[in-house]
Amino acid sequence: MSGARLQVDEQGRLRHFLTVEGLERGLLTEILDAAESFAGVAEQTVKKVPLLRGKTVVNLFFEASTRTRTTFELAAKRLSADVLNINVSASATTKGETLLDTLRNLEAMHVDMFVVRHADSGAAHFIARHVQPHVSVVNAGDGRHAHPTQALLDVFTIRRRKGRFEDLVVAIVGDILHSRVARSQIHALNALGTGEVRVVAPRTLLPAHVEDLGVHVFHRMEDGLRDADVVIMLRLQKERMRGAHLPSEHEYFRLYGLTEERLARARPDAIVMHPGPINRGVELESRVADGPRSVILEQVEHGIAVRMAIISMTMRTARGGEGTPA
Amino acid sequence: MSRRLDIDIDAVLAEMAAALRERLEARGVHAPAMVGIHTGGVWVAERLHRLLGLDEPLGTLDISFYRDDFTRVGMNPQVRPSHIPFNVDDRHIVLVDDVLHTGRTIRAALNEIFDYGRPASVLLAVLVERPGRELPVEAQVAGRHLELAPDEYVELAGPEPLELSVVKKQAA
Repeated sequence: MSGARLQVDEQGRLRHFLTVEGLERGLLTEILDAAESFAGVAEQTVKKVPLLRGKTVVNLFFEASTRTRTTFELAAKRLSADVLNINVSASATTKGETLLDTLRNLEAMHVDMFVVRHADSGAAHFIARHVQPHVSVVNAGDGRHAHPTQALLDVFTIRRRKGRFEDLVVAIVGDILHSRVARSQIHALNALGTGEVRVVAPRTLLPAHVEDLGVHVFHRMEDGLRDADVVIMLRLQKERMRGAHLPSEHEYFRLYGLTEERLARARPDAIVMHPGPINRGVELESRVADGPRSVILEQVEHGIAVRMAIISMTMRTARGGEGTPA
Repeated sequence: MSRRLDIDIDAVLAEMAAALRERLEARGVHAPAMVGIHTGGVWVAERLHRLLGLDEPLGTLDISFYRDDFTRVGMNPQVRPSHIPFNVDDRHIVLVDDVLHTGRTIRAALNEIFDYGRPASVLLAVLVERPGRELPVEAQVAGRHLELAPDEYVELAGPEPLELSVVKKQAA
């Protein structure tokens, strides 16, 4: 899926934000730097900047998500955009025509951006290919493919805590196979020059040729966590447990659950991350989730600033207009 | 085309500090807070802050999120975080910039300051003022007044040493 050409214009600026794949370090760093400035808005008494006054952002969610939708909504509102939340139940739409009809109707209302969450891989790309030139699309998660804003807020959290990527060991633990988050994280971490990216999972939860993404593969927690600076626990999708991937939640926790004992193998200053919502006692025990090394709530907080950066950098403007000197 | 201005900036800053002191005294303000506008305004503010011997740390503003031309030029990729390390409510604030030209930057800065709180007063100090105002904004303290043509711009280089030059821009 070539998002790279679709999402960056001739001047190297963001046109849409669909995938981390193919984005260069410079642009990723620009997003993280902008997010750093937007994080300061939360310190203001009026937690709002007038940047996107008069713009309309549509949260087009074909798949349920509370946290992602809420942080996107808050991000757009803190930029002074108007926000429309539309939840389209997947059963009501059959791909193709109906989706395009939905789009055309919304476009007729003069909206400026679609934030799209869909259970099908490639849905955001499809929409980006069909919107009018003045409309931008931000991918808020598509099937197993990508969740680029989550990956960006994760690397933002790492950069804030560690200040660098070069000599870091980052271990991503869990269901890599079904995880759009893991895929986007791996691309982002590698693009930013992370020292070593590891994936830790049973064979049944790893995609074929996962090494080609630029990761070291571990099957045992004890090995994968050794000297890690960052431990990212993935959410175990319970709906995916029905297949032949795993015997039981209890068995999963016994083998891959993060406990204080296991975390002792990582560096003393290691941080623990999770995209949420956490399954306590499945991916990690409460002692770890609520412990001093957990940055899970920081991730949520950073999600707003990072999404403000991505929305404002992706929003279409009448470029080429002569700027007024200060 | 760029021509360096032969101006003793340290002497100008000393004059500005004296004028500010006088202004503040006349208003009965004893503990002003100072805010510099990125980037040149912060350099000027750092020096005035020192010359006035203010104890409280300097605030810095990047007005990129408050500009009035986002829909025309988009996001400024070089934006830096704003940081106001004091409570703005009921404070007397000295706002500092390098050059006062159209007044649009100051309009944006005032809006941003008011999103941090309601100051008792704001006083504007600039190193250079020049013609070309597009908004009713004036400086209470200006280091130098320069008569420039509309296609000429003042640029401040820094942070050490500070140097002023005039650049002639081609019409776009």
